[in-house]
This record gives sequence, C-alpha cells and structure tokens, in this order.
Amino acid sequence: MKRFLPVIIFLLLAVLLGVGLKLDPKKVPSPLIGKAAPAFELPLLKKPENSISTDAFKGKVSLLNVWATWCVSCRAEHEVLTAIANTGKVDIYGLNYKDEREAAKKWLQVYGDPYVVSAFDADGRVGIDWGVYGTPETFVIDQQGIIRHKVIGPVTVEIWQEELLPLITKLEQQG
Amino acid sequence: MRQSLKIVFMVLCLFAWQQVIAGFDNFDFSGDVTEKRFQNVVSKLRCLVCQNESLAGSQAELAKDLRREVYDLMTSGKTDKEVIDFLVSRYGDFVLYQPPVRPSTWLLWIGPFVLFAIALFMLLRKLTRRSKMQEVVLSDSERNRVHQLLEETSADSQNENRE
Repeated sequence: MKRFLPVIIFLLLAVLLGVGLKLDPKKVPSPLIGKAAPAFELPLLKKPENSISTDAFKGKVSLLNVWATWCVSCRAEHEVLTAIANTGKVDIYGLNYKDEREAAKKWLQVYGDPYVVSAFDADGRVGIDWGVYGTPETFVIDQQGIIRHKVIGPVTVEIWQEELLPLITKLEQQG
Repeated sequence: MRQSLKIVFMVLCLFAWQQVIAGFDNFDFSGDVTEKRFQNVVSKLRCLVCQNESLAGSQAELAKDLRREVYDLMTSGKTDKEVIDFLVSRYGDFVLYQPPVRPSTWLLWIGPFVLFAIALFMLLRKLTRRSKMQEVVLSDSERNRVHQLLEETSADSQNENRE
C-alpha cells in the first residue's frame, strides 16, 4: 500500500488538473437560472414607438438572444438562429445590446431577421440586469417567465440539437 | 538638448497615464457618494470580460457600464452591501474577488489549513517515532561477533579486488 501511495497521489492530481483544463473560465454560470426573468420594458428596434416587456414571454417557451452588430460571433451565430426560426419550434426574441439603431436595422435587412421582435437596449442597462457580459448570449425562458438555461457564446447546431431542442420539448410537455 | 527633451516627454507621459486612470469616468463625487467609498466597492468587484482585473482598473466596455451602475445605485441611496448583492444576484459569486464562506466554498477556505494540519501531524509522528527508537546495547559476545563479521566481509571484498 505504502509503495503505491505516490502513484495514487499522482493519479488523483492528474485527474484533478485534467478536469481543470477542460473548464472554460470564460463561462460563468448564471445565478438567474431558475429565477424569474428580470422585468424590462424597452422600445422595439424597428418600431421605436412600440415597446416590448417581459410579459411577451408568458404562456410559451421562448429564446432571448442578446446580439449586436459589433459582436463578431453574433454574425457566425446568425445563420443558426435563422435555421432555428425556420423550424418554427420556438419564438426567438432579440435583445439588441449597446448598438446603433440604424446599423442594427441594416444588419437584419442584409442577413435576414430571425427574431419575432428585437428590443433595443441602447445603454446596456437591461443587459446588466440580465447578467450579460459577453455577446452573444441566449436565454431559454419557460411559459411562466422563468429562465431555464443560458448559452454563453454563439449557439451552434450541436448546442441546438443537444441542449436547446430537448429542453424546449421537455418544458413544453410540462406545460 | 534633444535627449533631455525626450526624457522630459517620457516622464510627462507617465503622469498623463496616471491622470487617465484616476479620472476616466468623470463621476461627480461632491454629493453623498465619496470617491473613497466608490473606489472601495469597485475594487472588490471583478470585471467579467477581463477576468483578472477589478472593475476599478478595467477599461472594458462592460466595466465602464458596471461602474456607472454602481455609481447610480450608490447615489440612489443603496448601501455598499446592497450594491454588491445586486451584482452578485446578476453575475454570481464570480464577480466577488473574495469568495463568500458557505458550504460549497468550505473546501476552498479550510482546505489549505487541513493540508497543513495533515503535514504537521505526519511530521510530528515521524519525529516522535525516531525519538522512541531505543538504543541497542550489545553484550560482549555480540560485539565480538559483529567485529568478526565485519572483518570477514572486508577480507572478502579485498580478495575480490585482488581477483
């Protein structure tokens, strides 16, 4: 036993450090998961005279995607979001975060608009309230308006198929 | 002459940089919120974009927004604890440089002391064992036998050397 002690300690350390290497320190778990979505009321991106509030999420499962034209990986994510919107399985709302209205409108014109509507958060106040620290971020909100999941970084096809779609299906069944 | 001008310029640059750090937000500290109080709170909070910088020292866009948020919360009459609690409720414990003491962080807080205690225990055990080892007293016949064995072995090795 005594002879194997160094080997055992080495293996334990190797496992510990190995797990540590796999963790991404940029992904900070959100404390908002399982809590009610922080309330907001914001003007719409395309129609500033109209507004959207968190009431829009009630009664169905929705995604809230935080995006901006200055965010490089949002561009990469955009095609995936468009494909998700085309499946018709879930409503995607946009939170246009710290952006210029005209640039954002043009972006949607050029690349297509997967969002039901986009809220316009010019000064990033709502972003802070939602704990946004790196765009893109995507929240899953259930029928009761509770945040169930958060994807930090671009949504990929794999994330949609393996994380989001199963969760949305499950939430809809629980209804 | 040019050389000394260069040096003067470089020294001035150093001061300019300090000016930038000291006043990049232009908050008004003449009211209830003192600069000292503000700096104390933002230096305890982590910037989530550049994770090894505090909110006080970061130039990231998010850090600027969060400093404004902290300032606004303070001017609206919130206590330091309320401000920090708000940010923790939005960004999690990770915004705090000093992790809170709770069951999930006990290992972090107590772990080093436990390891130190184990090491101390093992050291003490080793030391007491050594002092407990009794001195072996040999009788005369045993002593002779030892000498005999030693001579034999040294004679053997000499023989081996010769061969």
